[in-house]
Amino acid sequence: MLNVIDRWRCCWAEATGKPQRFAKPLKRMRFLLSPWRNFCVIGCLAFTVPALAQQAATPAKPKSGIEFAGADIRAMQADDFANPGMLWVARGEKLWNVPAGRSNKSCASCHQDASSSMKTVAARYPRIDAATGKVINIETRINGCRERNQAADPLQYESEELLALTAYVAHQSRGMPVAVVADATNRPHLERGREIYYRRQGQMNLACVNCHVQNAGRRLLAETISEGHGNAYPAYRLEWQAIGSLQRRLRACYYGVRAVMPAFGSDELLDLELYLARRATGLAVETPGVRR
Amino acid sequence: MVARIQLPKTAARGEVISVRIAIQHPMETGFRFDVNGRAVPKNVINTLTVRYNNAEVFRAEMGSGIAANPLLQFYTVAGASGEFVFEWIDDAGQRGTERAMLEVQPG
Repeated sequence: MLNVIDRWRCCWAEATGKPQRFAKPLKRMRFLLSPWRNFCVIGCLAFTVPALAQQAATPAKPKSGIEFAGADIRAMQADDFANPGMLWVARGEKLWNVPAGRSNKSCASCHQDASSSMKTVAARYPRIDAATGKVINIETRINGCRERNQAADPLQYESEELLALTAYVAHQSRGMPVAVVADATNRPHLERGREIYYRRQGQMNLACVNCHVQNAGRRLLAETISEGHGNAYPAYRLEWQAIGSLQRRLRACYYGVRAVMPAFGSDELLDLELYLARRATGLAVETPGVRR
Repeated sequence: MVARIQLPKTAARGEVISVRIAIQHPMETGFRFDVNGRAVPKNVINTLTVRYNNAEVFRAEMGSGIAANPLLQFYTVAGASGEFVFEWIDDAGQRGTERAMLEVQPG
C-alpha cells in the first residue's frame, strides 16, 4: 500500500516540480517489526482455518520440527560443534559436578555418571510425581531434587543454570524415542492437556490444533508451520540467540495468538507439555535442537 | 563464559589443520533498548587471539555485526607439538582463556 502511495507521490512531484515527500522508511520498518504485523498475518490465517477440512489431531507418523527446517538449520543441528546449544550442555556438565546448597552435594554425588543415570529421562518426562500427584517436567524435577536432597534454593525458570542442567540431562536421551505412557495416574492431566490443545483462545481465537495439525507444512510468512512437537527442547532458537525451555516456546505461541500467557511452571503448561510428549510418541529426542 | 574448542589431537608435520572455537556470549549490539527504554550498552567480544607455541596464528576483531555465541574457524599448519592458547576479552572487560594441546608426528 505504501509503495503505491510513494509511486503516486513520485508522479505528483514530477508533474508539479515540488519536492518529493516519501513515507518515512523508518515508519514502514516499524510496522514490519511491530506485533501488528503478526496480528495481521495470524488474523488472515484465522479466516482461512474454518474453511479447511478437519483432519485427525495426531498424524499417523509424527514429523519432527527439524524436517520442516531449512538446510542451514539442519546442518547446524547435525554438527555437534556448530550447534550452539551444546555450549549449554557443556555448562550443564560442569554444573552437574559442582556441589550446591547446604548439603554440599552435587548432582553427581547421588546420580554419578549422567550418561547412564540420566539416559531415557527426556523420553519419559513429563510424568506424575508419586509423592504429590502433580505433573513434573525435567525442570521441576531438578528443582525438587535441589530442595529435598541438596538443601539448595530452587533455580529460576529460564535461568542460565536451570537451562544448562535441563539441556545436559535431556541430552543424555538424545536419539531415544519419546515414550510417555498413558495410564490411570496421568490420564486426567493428558485429558486436560488435550482440551487446551483444542481450545480456541486469545484475540485470534486460535487453538494449537488450527496451526500445528490443520496447517502443518504450510507457510506463515517466511516460516513453515511445523507439527509443534517438543522433542528438541530445550532448543537453541536463532530468534532467541539462546537456548530456551519448551515452556518458553509455548508461551511464545500464547503471545502469538494474543492470549494470556500462563506462568512458567503452571499446571496449564505442564499438562500441555505432557499431552505434547504423548503426541510426539516415537520421535527421537533431539536435545539440544536448533530452530529458527 | 563457556567455550568449546575443536582441533585434531594429532597431526603430521606440515599438515593443514582446522581449528574451531565457540564461545557462549550474548554479543550485545548496543542498538537494543530494555523494557524501560534505556539503551542496553554494547558488549561484544572485541578481540580474540590464538597463540600456537607462543606465536600468534590468528586474531579476530569483532563488532556488533557478529551474532551471539560466535563460532570461529581458521586453518593453520602443524609445525611442532605444542599448546594452542585462546584468549579473548569483551567490552565489559571480562576475559576468557582456553588451552588445547596438539601432538605433531614427524611426517
